[in-house]
Amino acid sequence: MSDALEATAQRAADLSEPANLPQRRDDAPVPELKDVPGPAALGGDRRRMFELLWILAVNDFKRTYFGTVLGYLWTLARPLMLFGVLLAVFTQVFRLGSEVPHYPVLLLFNIVLFGFFQEATGAAVFSVPGQESLVRKTQFPRIVIPLAVVLTSLFNLGLNLIVVLVFMLAFGVTPMWTWLLFPLVLGALILITTAVSTIVSSLYPRFRDIAIIWTVASTVLFYATPILYPADKVPSGLRDVIMLNPLAPLFEISRKWFIDPTAPGPVQLAGGWAPLIVPAVLFVGICVLAIRVLEREAPRIAEEL
Amino acid sequence: MNDSTALVTAGAVRTGAASGPVVVEARGLEKTFRIPDQRVDSLKERVAHPFRQSEYRTLRAVQDVSFDVHQGEFFGIVGRNGSGKSTLLKILASIYRPDSGRVRMAGRVAPFIELGVGFNPDLTSRENCLLNGVLMGLTRSEAQYRLDAVLDFAELRDFADLKLKNYSSGMTVRLAFAIMVQADADVMLIDEVLAVGDAAFGQKCMDVFYEKRRAGKTIVLVTHDMATVQSLCHRAMLMHDGELQFIGDPEDTAMRYYRLNFGGAVEEGGEDASAPSDETNAFYDLNGRVVHAHLRDPAGKLVDNVEQDVPIGLDVVLEAARELVEPIFVFHIINEDGLVVAGFTRSYDGTLAPGGRVKLAGAIENPLVPGRYSVDVWIRRDSEGSDMALQPIRLLYFVVYGTAPRHGIVTVRSDVEATAVLEPAQ
Repeated sequence: MSDALEATAQRAADLSEPANLPQRRDDAPVPELKDVPGPAALGGDRRRMFELLWILAVNDFKRTYFGTVLGYLWTLARPLMLFGVLLAVFTQVFRLGSEVPHYPVLLLFNIVLFGFFQEATGAAVFSVPGQESLVRKTQFPRIVIPLAVVLTSLFNLGLNLIVVLVFMLAFGVTPMWTWLLFPLVLGALILITTAVSTIVSSLYPRFRDIAIIWTVASTVLFYATPILYPADKVPSGLRDVIMLNPLAPLFEISRKWFIDPTAPGPVQLAGGWAPLIVPAVLFVGICVLAIRVLEREAPRIAEEL
Repeated sequence: MNDSTALVTAGAVRTGAASGPVVVEARGLEKTFRIPDQRVDSLKERVAHPFRQSEYRTLRAVQDVSFDVHQGEFFGIVGRNGSGKSTLLKILASIYRPDSGRVRMAGRVAPFIELGVGFNPDLTSRENCLLNGVLMGLTRSEAQYRLDAVLDFAELRDFADLKLKNYSSGMTVRLAFAIMVQADADVMLIDEVLAVGDAAFGQKCMDVFYEKRRAGKTIVLVTHDMATVQSLCHRAMLMHDGELQFIGDPEDTAMRYYRLNFGGAVEEGGEDASAPSDETNAFYDLNGRVVHAHLRDPAGKLVDNVEQDVPIGLDVVLEAARELVEPIFVFHIINEDGLVVAGFTRSYDGTLAPGGRVKLAGAIENPLVPGRYSVDVWIRRDSEGSDMALQPIRLLYFVVYGTAPRHGIVTVRSDVEATAVLEPAQ
């Protein structure tokens, strides 16, 4: 008999005695029963979690530009077009730019950084329904979903930063040792982006209103963060309000460290260290809230879809 | 009603014939869903009472369910739509959290409950395989390493870089199944796996399941297909309205499932309200069950498979599940495409009391071409009436082996000869 036929014969042998359980060898270890943890935000196999995170982010990145003619170039073209418009408005119409050293580069840099925040949080809102089949049919730590969205946006940010660097050098910004501090700023930005993404993605399945609220909120945030303008050009009363925004010190410190060392830092803008406690507390509070919300929502998120 | 087996009440656990250690243990599982009432709020109302709680109706999807599954066991969960069987499976798979109760499991549990889960139509099959591999707990390099095996099994190597949305549904299913074969979990929880694909693919599914079964894997299967339950499962469990109704022998479970499905529907519809309910139910019964079903060679030796051209010796003992007056037994031989190749009918002149047994034995001519076959029997409970059990009983699977060319579905003898024609054409 051929191998294939032997295999089918063996199968038929199995079939003809459906009641026979496989013979158990006596020396086989008795499996140990463990509690099934149920769905959770974290937990499980760490390696699998990171592999899954990576593959989801890569797939999503590929998919964003699938079917477009320019492909990945769009990731560069989008912020550059926005930059072009805003540059024209603020240097030709409002004349703000002429008073700020390296204004075009500062504007581009800010738009790219905020673009990362806005893109990630905006995509995060719909991320759970977007991975519906995974959420409803498989078990994995639920934090992977917002993290994957942030990682995808991080790929875009990486590409954009290359363009920013080219512009910085082209516009005559001198390299400084403080450029080495960029990982600090980036780390803080990733942290707050992840926290906000986690909150909106976890709440959306239950409160669909989040989609509308967040569209408005992120626009408000765009104008309430020193992106188009440096905070020192704002009247002091309003400036105190702006400096409460946890994103504001991030943008101001990056202006000082990477573009213009003579710019006033966040401490000077806020009028001392003490007022900076508020954005710092807000920053930490958002991160803690993110963990709380995810832990509360994760076990039931599959049911809400 | 002739319930020979007492209903097992929820909470009780029947260990049955299974003897291996317990690998899935469920105790007192409860799950209730809140379903918002479909009341349309006007925007004004919503603005006026922004914090008013919406009204909910509760649905007790799973109520106090306890059971054990043993190592190496194929365990079926059956029930009508909405009976809570899929919810139960999702609790076992850590996708839903039970409101109360406890699940314990041993060994590696496959983290998905459906084939082809997470397939993304915009990605190529290669990329989808990698994603699924990672979901199963492989690293990307391991998944990459097994990619060839998956594509070969699915016979899709030439289409590896085609986007999944350009695949036919059959190709997609083949790919999904090939991935499942690679999962080396000890316990697999699967929802409606055989609902898709054609007959030939269903056969391939079965092959893989038997392979898993031989390897000592434990599988919990949620399904509507009673033929699967009867041929594949060691034990099965019936869910109804969130409650565990019965747990035990697959045949019994299947019979109760049919009663629920068809008996109940007729009563509710009121189409046949005048008929006694017992009659109505019995119509859909299996009428009998298999005590044993064997094949014998012409020498009378028990065999699993048959050589081509050698008569098939059938040796079947059936037990009546209810009184059968001059019952008729209709046998079908079915090939792997699901085609009834041949059939014959035998009647029994006499009355079988419930539990009475009848032996059906003898030789069947064997013109079958080599391949896989199964034998079904339909039991008609009396020769006068026209009623027939709704579902055949699957008796046997066997392989006809040999080297005959597979032309058509049966081999015919012929004395057709080719001879030269000497006379010139006129």
